[in-house]
Amino acid sequence: MRQALEGSQAIARAVALCRPGVVAAYPITPQTHIVEGISKLVADGVMDCELVSVESEFSAASVALGAAAAGSRAYTASSSQGIMLMSEVLYNIAGLRVPMVLTCANRAVGAPLSIWNDQQDSMAVRDAGWIQLYCADNQEAVDTTIQAFRIAEATELPVMVCVDGFVLTHTMEPIDLPDQTVVDAFLPPYRFARMLDPARPISLGTLVDPGWFTEARHSHHHALLKALPVIEQIDRDWQAATGRAAGGLLEVIGPADAPTAILCLGSVASTFTEVLEDHPPGDPVKLIKLRAFRPFPAEALRAACVGVKTLIVLERALSPGLGGIVSVEVQATLATVPDAPAVHGFAAGLGGRDMPVELLPDLLAAARAGRPGEFTIADVQLSKLPEEDR
Amino acid sequence: MPPELDQTDLDQAQLDDLRRRQPRFRGLEAGHRACQGCGEALAARLVMESIGPDVVVTNATGCLEVFTTPWPQSAWRVPWMHSLFENSAAIASGVEAALKHQGRDGTKVVALGGDGGTFDIGFQALSGMLERTHDILYVCFDNEAYMNTGIQRSSSTPHAAATTTSPSGKARMGKRHLKKDLLSIIAAHHIPYAASASVAYPADLRRKVRHAIGIKGPTFLLVHSPCPLGWAHDASRTVEIARLAVQTGLFPLIEMERSEVVGVMPIREPRPVTDYLSLQGRFRHLFNEDDPRALEEREHLQALADHTIAKFGLRGDGPDPLDSDGADTVRRGGNSA
Repeated sequence: MRQALEGSQAIARAVALCRPGVVAAYPITPQTHIVEGISKLVADGVMDCELVSVESEFSAASVALGAAAAGSRAYTASSSQGIMLMSEVLYNIAGLRVPMVLTCANRAVGAPLSIWNDQQDSMAVRDAGWIQLYCADNQEAVDTTIQAFRIAEATELPVMVCVDGFVLTHTMEPIDLPDQTVVDAFLPPYRFARMLDPARPISLGTLVDPGWFTEARHSHHHALLKALPVIEQIDRDWQAATGRAAGGLLEVIGPADAPTAILCLGSVASTFTEVLEDHPPGDPVKLIKLRAFRPFPAEALRAACVGVKTLIVLERALSPGLGGIVSVEVQATLATVPDAPAVHGFAAGLGGRDMPVELLPDLLAAARAGRPGEFTIADVQLSKLPEEDR
Repeated sequence: MPPELDQTDLDQAQLDDLRRRQPRFRGLEAGHRACQGCGEALAARLVMESIGPDVVVTNATGCLEVFTTPWPQSAWRVPWMHSLFENSAAIASGVEAALKHQGRDGTKVVALGGDGGTFDIGFQALSGMLERTHDILYVCFDNEAYMNTGIQRSSSTPHAAATTTSPSGKARMGKRHLKKDLLSIIAAHHIPYAASASVAYPADLRRKVRHAIGIKGPTFLLVHSPCPLGWAHDASRTVEIARLAVQTGLFPLIEMERSEVVGVMPIREPRPVTDYLSLQGRFRHLFNEDDPRALEEREHLQALADHTIAKFGLRGDGPDPLDSDGADTVRRGGNSA
């Protein structure tokens, strides 16, 4: 049944439908409404879970890790500085190959302090060994949250569901929340094979010398690569169960043979989908909505880029001193392809700067004027800066 | 195991049953890689023996974690988990919450850490665990420095002790600051039970572990555990030195319930602190008679011990089988002169 829900409330309800055993909660803007929503569902007796209100994001991730290792379905959520404080634990959870789900309500990372949206936080932990899925709207956020538990449990890897802070978390949208029976059938009770259990004692998290560390890393890397078809299959299963897919590894929107493509992650994909429908540019343009950033869907990306001459990569983060993060990865992925498109990298929408509909024609114009391989912050207002900083 | 009970003939359930019914279950087995005379290894074995098999253990990064689990070996015969340096209390909180949700409440949860992982970097996670009243026993093996990284000072290092980051020299006499009074801070959480114990008094330690593990709610044990390498003492004198720490009043053995002191191990006849200090290389600079600061620091440490003895009323009223001289002696009852 479709109902008007705030993004965070919808995510909280989706988490409840997944019947987690333990939820660790710590507030941070713009994530807070999610754990508030879960807390209220627990208080009202709707959710039967152990809600652990911790004293830091560091402990939030640690509590979820302990709970998942002890065999419970575990969840937490955070943003920005919270993700940074968690980062040591995030690497650890993934390295221990313990399945759990975390929602990252994407927000800029200070300094300067900003509570508003960009994706620097999740990008900063892209190498932690988690699966990262980016959502374009709140229906995708709900569907991806439910899928994330099944992906985590099928792969024994943790999954980070990335939703743009405020843009999605604080926006009311008509949402179709699936019935509990649908979710129960899709996500049956789970038993973690390496669960901490006195009847079958194991040692988890041991010291590994140089004779074994490389093999552990190789195994982890391949576990992520092997997750690619799992992510696709689980989205197909979800479509079979609900009639709705959530974007697989990536989704191409617009004319398949368009010579120009724009690749982006997160809510801006929804903005651009509307722009392309309502104000179609003179030359055909297609949108590549990247949903899985880790594992990186290299094959799917190459297939989506066949026939593309100009590829614009738009991201809400950057690597200072280098430029783009996503654009560099995209360039590397396409480097071996004959007739690879010229890649133009742009960052925009940093620290919550609005990404208006005019951004799309601006990017097309900038790509025409710019050199391939270049990176630019598309919406910087240089007049605000002293001469020497421009 | 008698020959007719060849292990290969047993099914898993029979093996599990045999394992659980051992007369003294050893959660931490021999064969690990601790140094000779390691106080922490001995203390950890004693703690695990008293807890038994139905437990989940979390372990902070540190010597205990490193010397017991060099992959693919492990000395642990209970489910054991190490994550990071500073989150033993937090992962234990998650384990406990999970067991509760699964209705496995009978399984105990024990969090282990050294003084670095407890007094310093894991302090916040520990405080959170206590405040949330998780049903967990937290045991800190206190060897008074970061031994695993090569003997650096922690907030538990005693005043004037030399470590690699608080060395003695012309301008310094070892650590300038006092040992953090962690038990008072723990007590301020008003948890049901917190106590100090020493590896030199195994019967007392076992009793405290059994008491703590039987309590529903958060409990805390601080176990004094000498480190021959870090303290620079003869590896054969670990227990003797740990005993002297108690007998001098430098490491009081106390028990607290809801922040009130409810028991102490009385000291029969307080020994001068120099009896304890002089056996350890970390205090060697305090015995340089050419240095006037040496006497000053020895007097300072004696004053600290005197203060602790007075504060907790540690001085006994005469020989007692459970005082600092009577407890854990060869002749139980300990009334020999």
